[in-house]
Amino acid sequence: MASETLDIEFRGVSKRYGDVTAVHPTDFAVPKGAFIALLGPSGCGKTTCLRMIGGFEQPTTGQVLIGGADMAEVPPYRRPVNMVFQHYALFPHFDVSANVAYGLRQVRPRLTSSEIARRTADALAMVQLAGFGKRKVHELSGGQQQRVALARALVNRPSVLLLDEPLAALDKKLRTDMQIELQNLQRELGITFVLVTHDQEEALSMSDVVCVMNGGRIVQLGAPDEIYDRPADRFVAAFVGKTNFLDGTVVENGGNAARIRLANGMEIGARLTGGGAPGAAVSVSLRPEALRLGAATGETGLGGIIRNRIFLGSTAEYAIEVPGLGTLLATADHDAARSDLLRPGDEVAISFNPGAPLAFPVADNKTTQRETSHVEVLS
Amino acid sequence: MMRAFVTAVYGFLYLPIALVVLFSFNAGRHASEFTGFSFQWYGRALSNTFLMEALTNSLIVATTSAGLASLCGTAAAIGLGRAGPRTRAVFDALFGAAIVVPGVVIGIATLVALVQLFGIVNPALAALWPGDTPPRLALGYGSIIAAHGLFSTALVTMIVRARLGALGRDMVEASSDLYAGPFTTFRCIVLPQILPAILAGFLLAFTFSFDDFIVAFFVAGSQTTLPIYVFASIRRGVTPEINAIGALVLAASIVLVIAAQLLLRRRTPASS
Ligand SMILES: Nc1ncnc2c1ncn2[C@@H]1O[C@H](COP(=O)(O)OP(=O)(O)O)[C@@H](O)[C@H]1O
Ligand SMILES: [Mg+2]
Repeated sequence: MASETLDIEFRGVSKRYGDVTAVHPTDFAVPKGAFIALLGPSGCGKTTCLRMIGGFEQPTTGQVLIGGADMAEVPPYRRPVNMVFQHYALFPHFDVSANVAYGLRQVRPRLTSSEIARRTADALAMVQLAGFGKRKVHELSGGQQQRVALARALVNRPSVLLLDEPLAALDKKLRTDMQIELQNLQRELGITFVLVTHDQEEALSMSDVVCVMNGGRIVQLGAPDEIYDRPADRFVAAFVGKTNFLDGTVVENGGNAARIRLANGMEIGARLTGGGAPGAAVSVSLRPEALRLGAATGETGLGGIIRNRIFLGSTAEYAIEVPGLGTLLATADHDAARSDLLRPGDEVAISFNPGAPLAFPVADNKTTQRETSHVEVLS
Repeated sequence: MMRAFVTAVYGFLYLPIALVVLFSFNAGRHASEFTGFSFQWYGRALSNTFLMEALTNSLIVATTSAGLASLCGTAAAIGLGRAGPRTRAVFDALFGAAIVVPGVVIGIATLVALVQLFGIVNPALAALWPGDTPPRLALGYGSIIAAHGLFSTALVTMIVRARLGALGRDMVEASSDLYAGPFTTFRCIVLPQILPAILAGFLLAFTFSFDDFIVAFFVAGSQTTLPIYVFASIRRGVTPEINAIGALVLAASIVLVIAAQLLLRRRTPASS
């Protein structure tokens, strides 16, 4: 990929703090105008990656490129990126306008004060805070402070906006609103967004590209549906969305059409990712929504007893005890007319599409511990 | 029992001070009886030229040493904020030690160090000076300011460090993310937010220097500061005039310390 079409590129970038390796050598690239989410559990190195793009940390090895230019000697105040900090980092001794105008005031040659005032007002209007310019920062709610932080970054029209868990401190309703707003802003402005989050729902719903990280490495990079439907390994399957894991052994490895014997003796077809010779232990992932529940027929097949039902509005979650396999989670659409069909204590038959089960080697870590976690980008 | 004890302690602490203030308003000459209310001793104190000269000396020494300490202490605090954890621990311990070392020790140590220094510098100056009357370094204003300034620098550093710590790295990084170079970040973001702490440090340093007798006594040479003047005049007996000075110094000190506390308590400074 030509580097003019890339906004950010990591070439063999790693970061060590003393004995701790926060980020292992990583290659990765973000195309212009993309909305990419860095997703992973706490401590996996997401913030460190973001801070290396912003220039607040220097990589131990490798190069960070922004718009094709090496950033090794470039301090944060000369990088064409802006960051929305996790705790907003608004300046408490300035009012809202002064906070938003701060970046514009540093521009050389100087902008005229009417230009600064106009762009500040525009930016505040963009985040729906028109008229809040004279407020003190501490007079605003958390959601409003979040918007000020966003306006303060976007007013500079950066080529890349970095967001470190920007919505983590907001309550659920506000978070959903802001997710939609951020998406709209990104589409309208065409600025590359790099969003750090540990919330898989947020990553899947907002971004074009999800970059799943674990233990300082990128484990998978792809479109949200790809990450969800075809996770690269057991970690991604477990971390992104809910899933059931069933223990099994490989009977026959045919790649996309492997035969797996489950712990209860039943044999199923599954897509086997990561390889495994016959006899190897695997973990089979079955998403709750892939399971279909029907009235027990007595036929040989998967079946169990409903132990619990959690009503979630449009759907319901069933915990089903399956002999020899443990408890499985199944999601079914809520159908008001037939809601009395399945109750705790009922026996049910469980079926699923042949393509649904995904098998992963259990002792996964050996195959994924490559020196460089190189992942191709789709654009 | 406990209560009586506590009352006694506070009595010992504050009763003499209360008496000083009370008798500064005494119309009569003697501390044995309060014969009536009067401001006459304040008037006498303020028209005593020796006293006023000592007061001026004290003000000059306190202002200069507190100013120097504010500059050096702030610089030290900022520098330490950027130093590695080990350097920081060592210097924090050293500054802490400087504050708990008794005044007598500081006084003697400074005196010895200065005299040794003069012993080396003055002959060298005399040898190198082209003219007839080479300048001689001696104890005086300079040495009091140096001694007070050193102690106060430790004080200011501790106070400003605490405020800088509360500021966190986010604020500085946000400024630098918004295209502000290090100097602009310091001037527009850091300085306004640590200014109350610097002012508080200045006021406390001023109060310390203005009230200090012990250290000044060792290194003052032939100079007289207000506390030294008071000490000298007490040998001639406690007069209500001394009480009036004491009451004035007490009032000024209380005002300064309260102002410093208010500055330190204020979370966010006013908008600029
Ligand atoms: N300044 C630092 N000094 C030492 N270790 C750090 C520092 N910053 C981060 N780390 C370590 O690096 C790892 C990754 O941290 P981080 O990038 O903040 O993770 P995330 O944002 O994914 O939660 C963690 O183990 C963390 O403890
Ligand atoms: Mg983080």
